[in-house]
Amino acid sequence: MRPIRYYYDLMSQPSRALFIIFRLSGLQFEDCAVALRNGEHLTDEFKQKINRFQRVPCIEDNGYKLAESVAILRYLSAKGKIPEQLYPKYFVEQARVDEFLEWQHITLRITCALYFRQIWLEPLLTGKTPSQQKIETLRQHMEGNLDIIEQVWLAKSEFLTGSHLTAADIFAACEIEQTRMADYDVRIKYPKVRAWLKRVRQSCNPHYDVAHKFVYKISGTGPQAKL
Amino acid sequence: MAKSIKFYYDFLSPPSRALWLGLKLSKATFEDCPVALRKREQLTDEYKKINRFQKVPALVDGDFHMGESIAMTRYLADKGQISQQLYPKDLQARARVDEFLEWQHLNLRMACGKYFRDAWLLPINGIAPKPKADKIDQYIKDVETNLELLERFWLDKGFLNGDKLTIADLFGSVEIEQIKLCMYNVSEKRFPKVAKWLEQVREAANPYHDFAHEFVNKKSKQAAQAKL
Repeated sequence: MRPIRYYYDLMSQPSRALFIIFRLSGLQFEDCAVALRNGEHLTDEFKQKINRFQRVPCIEDNGYKLAESVAILRYLSAKGKIPEQLYPKYFVEQARVDEFLEWQHITLRITCALYFRQIWLEPLLTGKTPSQQKIETLRQHMEGNLDIIEQVWLAKSEFLTGSHLTAADIFAACEIEQTRMADYDVRIKYPKVRAWLKRVRQSCNPHYDVAHKFVYKISGTGPQAKL
Repeated sequence: MAKSIKFYYDFLSPPSRALWLGLKLSKATFEDCPVALRKREQLTDEYKKINRFQKVPALVDGDFHMGESIAMTRYLADKGQISQQLYPKDLQARARVDEFLEWQHLNLRMACGKYFRDAWLLPINGIAPKPKADKIDQYIKDVETNLELLERFWLDKGFLNGDKLTIADLFGSVEIEQIKLCMYNVSEKRFPKVAKWLEQVREAANPYHDFAHEFVNKKSKQAAQAKL
């Protein structure tokens, strides 16, 4: 049995989340970095041999190919590769983590990703900057979900699903960190999110900073920097 | 005997229908708790105590409350209320179902959901005007991009994950059934596998499927007739 192959790019939020989770879990993997900026995921070879959906992250486990970060997390957890602390085995605790992982797709993830994409990525590719009104709408949609993180998910606990770090926190933090590159500073309006992000980073380091090295570099803001 | 699980849902919500069908097909015992979205019952303080996110579906099992249909599916499967055929126990087979369930959120569901919301839900409630034709074309294009992916990658064996119905088929097909309300019908010519699959899912999930889709089918028929 050879270790799994992990295809990822640290510019992709779910790629970073799994990268941090694998490192925290001591999971051995063959490092298969895919440079999205060079379109490496769009080649025929990638499509035919690695992931038909031409996205990262994905894995190959001795011939078994799997995409979708949350599905990968569950698969590796069921194989005993992810510690219970990060993804609980007891189904009631697991349900709390699952509830967040399912919730985030069309709420936190999509709105943070669109904010990043339309304010940072698209102008870089097309040379066109979005209008102030467009930026305002993107911000409102994103903050609608940051409000829910601040007021509901972090209402009573130190982490999103309880008193300790789980995979849910790591997926969420990676989405929020992405917006740094579009010059958004979540810490200004959201004191609970700010304190929680600090806890997540501390609990995940040194891997958190490794995974975010490009985010820090591009945004020009290291973890210590005051924005 | 322990009290049965309370299941809160509305048939106008696609994930509600998918999970309700999953429960029925698994012969689960649950307490039926309809929530009328058209009366905005999900926005009451009372319902907020059931589900803090004020959405359907949701479940209450003793003191345990949760939302999010796919997370609920997994919880219910662990409690033996969703059959192994619908949500396999085998590691790799389950991961294939999960792969679809995670994929659909930002793809099939988002495209169908936006189309439904902007072309049917908001105009019918007087919240927003009916979108212009070019906007509608864009919604349809987004939906069809996803239908094309289904056609090309997912339906080689009749169902999404092989030759048997799983919960993935239910979650996938209900999204497409929903946009019948916008008078969208899947073209058998352009998407033969998808069209056939929708029919197979219906057959495999009947009589419950027709029951859960009664409103969608009735309203879409009325709309089609009004147009004639």
